Amino acid sequence: MTSIRVGNAAGFWGDNLDAPRLLCESGQLDYLTLEYLAELTLSILAHLKSRDHNAGFVSDFPTVVESLIPQLRAQPNLKIVTNAGGMHPSACAAAVSGILQKAGMNDVRVAAVAGDDLLPQLDTYLAAGEPFQNLETGEALDQIRPQIASANAYLGAAGIVQALRQEARIVVTGRVADASLTVGPAVHEFGWDWTDWNSLAAATVAGHLIECGAQATGGMFSEWDRHGAPLALANVGYPIAEISDGGDVVITKPSGTEGAVTVATVAEQLVYEIGDPAHYLTPDVDADFSQVTLTQIGEDRVAVAGAQGGPAPENFKVSLAYRDGYMATGSLVICGRGAIAKARACGQIILDRVARAGVHLQRTNIETLGGGDSVPGGWPDRPEPWEVVLRVTAHDPSKPNLERFLREFAPLVTAGPPGVTGYTGPRPKPYPVMAYWPTLIAQTRVTPQVEVRAAGDWTR
Amino acid sequence: MNNTISLKEIAHARSGDKGTGANVGVIAYTAAGYAFLEQELTSERLTKHLHELHPQGVQRYSLPGIRAYNFVLPSILDGGASRSLRIDSQGKVLALAVLEMQLPRPENLAQMQPKSHQS
Repeated sequence: MTSIRVGNAAGFWGDNLDAPRLLCESGQLDYLTLEYLAELTLSILAHLKSRDHNAGFVSDFPTVVESLIPQLRAQPNLKIVTNAGGMHPSACAAAVSGILQKAGMNDVRVAAVAGDDLLPQLDTYLAAGEPFQNLETGEALDQIRPQIASANAYLGAAGIVQALRQEARIVVTGRVADASLTVGPAVHEFGWDWTDWNSLAAATVAGHLIECGAQATGGMFSEWDRHGAPLALANVGYPIAEISDGGDVVITKPSGTEGAVTVATVAEQLVYEIGDPAHYLTPDVDADFSQVTLTQIGEDRVAVAGAQGGPAPENFKVSLAYRDGYMATGSLVICGRGAIAKARACGQIILDRVARAGVHLQRTNIETLGGGDSVPGGWPDRPEPWEVVLRVTAHDPSKPNLERFLREFAPLVTAGPPGVTGYTGPRPKPYPVMAYWPTLIAQTRVTPQVEVRAAGDWTR
Repeated sequence: MNNTISLKEIAHARSGDKGTGANVGVIAYTAAGYAFLEQELTSERLTKHLHELHPQGVQRYSLPGIRAYNFVLPSILDGGASRSLRIDSQGKVLALAVLEMQLPRPENLAQMQPKSHQS
C-alpha cells in the first residue's frame, strides 16, 4: 500500500460518542484511532479496577464498537487502534469481543497490548536503582510512595505493530504515547525500519495533529468568529491523516461536515501542548517539528512537510498518580452594582467563618468569574459586570474540613450582602485529588505484552 | 491614532497544559508580522502580561515554517490539572488572553494583517 487514511474520532474520554460512527461512515478510513487517556485518567481506572476485576478500561469503547458493527461489516479493511484498554487491556479486549460475538463476528481478531503498568513491580524497580525523580521538581519518589495510585510507562508503537502483524483488526492498548496510535499503523503498512527517523517523525507529526480530534478541524480555533460569520461546528468533521510510504502527510476531514481544515487550524494544533518544538519526544522518535511547513492544497486539505527525526530517547516517560487529599468547590451568583468587589467580600466571609469554626484549610482560592479571573490580570479593560459567579475552591488533607467549608455557601444568601443568589441543587461534595508525578524509566526495563485472539476466543 | 495594537490583529494562538505549566503558541499571519514578533513578543513582555500568574523562567522557541513562537510557561497552573484551584486549571483560555496583549503599533501594520481581516 502506498498511502493510508488514519482518522481519529476521540481526543479524550468523554468526547462525542457519535464521532467514531460518523467518521467511519464518510471517512473512507483504513484505520480509526481513538485516544482516551489524559494524564490522570489511569488513576481513575486503577480505582475502578480495584473495586471490580472486570473493570479498569474505558467503558465507552465497547459501546462505540457496537455502533461500528455495520461499518466493520461493510469495510473489511477497516481497523481500529485505541488506548481504551487503560489499566486493563485484556478485560477491554474481552468486552469488545463479547460485542463482536453477539454480532456473529467471532473471527475478527482482537489484540490486547499491555506491559505499561509499572505499579506491581514498582518496588523492584526502586530497589534496582530506578529513581523515578519528579521531572519538574527533582523530588525523590519515596516521600509519596504510600500514596501512589498508578504508574504507567508511555509505550511506543512497537506493541501495536506486533498486534497488526498478527492480523488484529481491533488493537486495544494501555498507556501508549498518543502519536504512537498513528505511528503503529504506518510502520505496519509501509514496513519502515525503526531507525527510519524521518518517516517516524512524519507519522508522529500526523498523529500529534489528529490526536485531539476536532481541535485540528476548527475546534478551539482562536479565529472562530473573525471571518464574518462564526465557524459552524455543530457537525464538525473529525480529522483524517493521509500518510504515504514516503512520509508525505495530508490532514483533511470528511466532505459534507462542518469545521475547517486550513493552514491556520492545523498550525494551532501543531503548537498545542508542545515544549521545545525541535524535540518532540516519543518512545518512537525524537521528532523535530520546528521546520514543519503547512500548505493548503485543496478545500479542507493541508499538506504537512519538513518533519525531521532523530534517535528515540533511551527512557520512557512515566505517568504516575498519587493520592493528595481532597478538593471542594462551591459557587454563588453575586448581582448588582459593584458585583466584583461584593463577590470578593462574600468569598472572604466564607473563609472567615470557616476559620472561626476552627477549621484551617491548607489551600484556598477566591475567583469572580465574569470579573476576569479565568486569566487573572490577563484581560484588558472590561466594562463592570452586573453579575458574576463567585467560585471558592479549597484543597485539604481532611475531607471533614472540606465538608465544613461547603456548609458556608448557603448561609451567605440570608446572612451576607444583598444580591446573592444561585444556590440551588444539592450541596457539593469534596472529591479526592490525584496528583501527577511525571518521571522516566529506562526503555530496556519495559516490554510490551501483546496478546491476539479471535473474538470468539476472548472470554471474561 | 492609537499608538498600540492588540496581538490578535497580527496573530492567532492556542494554549494548553504541560504538567504544572502551560504553553502558548502564537502564529503570525504574515512574514512581516513574524519579523515584528521576533523583536516585540519577548519572553519578558509575556511574563509581564501574565504577571498575576507568577510566571518564572518563560522560554520562547521558534517554528519558522509556520511563522510561530512557542512559549513554555513552567508551573503557572497552580499545581496543574488536578491540583489547581483555578477555573482554567489546564490553561485552555490563556491563548485568548495573550492575544489581547498590547504591542507598539508598527508602521507597516497593513503588511501584517491577513486580507480577510482588514476593514
